[in-house]
Amino acid sequence: MRKTIQEINERIREGNARVVTAEEMPRIVEELGEEGALAEVDVVTTGTFGAMCSSGCFFNFGHADPPIRMEKVWLNDVEAYAGIAAVDAYLGATEKSTTREENYGGAHVMEDLVSGRSVELRAISRGTDCYPRRTLTTEILLESCNQAIMVNPRNGYQKYNAAANSGDRVLYTYMGMLLPSIGNVTYSGAGVLNPLANDPKLRLIGPGVPCFLGGAEGMVIGEGTQASPATGFGTLMVTGNLKEMNTEFLRAATMTGYGVTLYVGLGVPIPVLDIETVRCTAVRDEDIWVDVIDYSVPSRSRPSLARVNYAMLRSGKVEIGGEEVRTSSLSSFSRARMVAAELKKWVEGGRLVLTLPTRRLDPTRRAEPMRETVQGPRVVQIMQHRVPTIGEDEHIREAAARLLKGETNHLPVVNEEGVLVGIVTTYDISKAVVNPGKGNYVRDIMKRRVITTTPDEPVDVAVRKLEKYNISALPVVDREMHVIGILTAMDLGKLFGGRWLK
Amino acid sequence: MKLLVTFSRKEGKKPIIAQVVRDTGVLVNVERAIIDSHEGEALIDIPDESCRVVKERLTDLGAAVRILEDEIVRDESECIDCGACIGICPQEVFSFDEDFRIRMDARKCILCGRCIEVCPHRALSRRGAI
Ligand code: SF4
Ligand code: SF4
Repeated sequence: MRKTIQEINERIREGNARVVTAEEMPRIVEELGEEGALAEVDVVTTGTFGAMCSSGCFFNFGHADPPIRMEKVWLNDVEAYAGIAAVDAYLGATEKSTTREENYGGAHVMEDLVSGRSVELRAISRGTDCYPRRTLTTEILLESCNQAIMVNPRNGYQKYNAAANSGDRVLYTYMGMLLPSIGNVTYSGAGVLNPLANDPKLRLIGPGVPCFLGGAEGMVIGEGTQASPATGFGTLMVTGNLKEMNTEFLRAATMTGYGVTLYVGLGVPIPVLDIETVRCTAVRDEDIWVDVIDYSVPSRSRPSLARVNYAMLRSGKVEIGGEEVRTSSLSSFSRARMVAAELKKWVEGGRLVLTLPTRRLDPTRRAEPMRETVQGPRVVQIMQHRVPTIGEDEHIREAAARLLKGETNHLPVVNEEGVLVGIVTTYDISKAVVNPGKGNYVRDIMKRRVITTTPDEPVDVAVRKLEKYNISALPVVDREMHVIGILTAMDLGKLFGGRWLK
Repeated sequence: MKLLVTFSRKEGKKPIIAQVVRDTGVLVNVERAIIDSHEGEALIDIPDESCRVVKERLTDLGAAVRILEDEIVRDESECIDCGACIGICPQEVFSFDEDFRIRMDARKCILCGRCIEVCPHRALSRRGAI
């Protein structure tokens, strides 16, 4: 048996369509079998409500008198991209306010506008013959904009890898706060309710298909940026009218230490046309697997600590290396349910009829990493290759002499095999001289916990370590922890005038 | 029951909590303490029935005592029930109910402040703080 989209729309118009949410579907298929479910169900609604960094809004403000060609535009001190036309601008959700930094950004401007508050519009220009005005400051309301069209270049992730941190300090990421030593796991996404998880082959979701966006009736435009459906990470580009949205489904958020983002509710109705659709929409949390990625590794190919599914993540605990770790979600499952339920109401009530994609998206697409032609500098390029070291059983006096001779402030401490076991600085030695109580040997005063770098580590990563730990040098070690150099804050000066530092 | 004890350190380094334990015989569990040169603040946990005697004795010794109840407040209009607060709370104050809404058991809170920092929607705050 097959159904056509016309038959389904006919039933929607008559008010007879059977609409269920993607959460209800697995049980229906279990009970009625695939054929039975196909006969019974006409539409499956999906929903998700989570952080969509890649969100934004096109505005047309209308012309001022005298008119201005806005070259730079700020909304409540958040800059919007104005290189479009005289009075158009695109405001990105993650753009930060120039005055309130971390706590206010593009997402907050959108939330303020949607909740009816006025927002200060500021613009500057050099002035032209046709647009003589050079500055503009005014208050605007959402209703007074000609257009406020949300366009999210990337939304509706099919799924998203979970995050953890095996390192030794707290990490602040777009995946929230990650506690050291795998102290927690965070995840995002609605699993069973997720639009693309219910149509992984992109048969029914594509350009022209209606959707729920932020409380408004929106539309799928096409493939989202970075879409990688071939690897299970498809994304969608979507649009909707900001003027019709409401703050129940559009919320600004701030990830401490990372920045601003926008939470948006997105849902797509899926017409149940054939057995294949039934099978895809029967997906359960148990079937959707993701990796728990270790964010302590500052590289693109971060290792996976475990493979888990959404049922495990949602249970509140997952097992990693034999230990139970608590999980927390960054997206809201209860709101995702609200999106799916609202969309269900729309379809049942005949407010929304369905459309097939005007063009199919390519399910074999795979996102590729960047091809870099110019590599950023590595530690080996600027480190000092010759570094004085000292043994842990040497006298403090010897350490002082070596520091003086080497004209350095840092002395890595090595054992008999040349393996790094600690570090002493000029400061440690001065302290030891003033307070002689602690002992006379290097091992008595050295710091045992040494932050290190490796020759092939990107300098940017090493610089972050120096800043984070508030230190001024990193011993450079090989795989066996032999000291092969040292990188000091001073070495970074070698990059000045180069292209990497501001 | 949790008590927040604040004491001045001007008159020297009196072991106030140890003194209370000795005087009252109540075993006090110190859950958190921040002590600098001017002031000390300790969060202690004691059996409910000993509350009055411990409180009185602490006050006698010059400390200010406040019973902690619902110290972390959640603004329901800001909260979207994401659950970001669940995994980072050391005391398991937050959990999901059957409908995936956030449930709080604020009595277990030790005021570490992590949840306030982590909530993406700034829905959590400390009572009295703005
Ligand atoms: S982190 Fe904030 S928004 Fe999320 S559930 Fe907790 S209180 Fe609510
Ligand atoms: S302050 Fe700390 S202990 Fe209290 S609820 Fe928040 S995270 Fe939990």
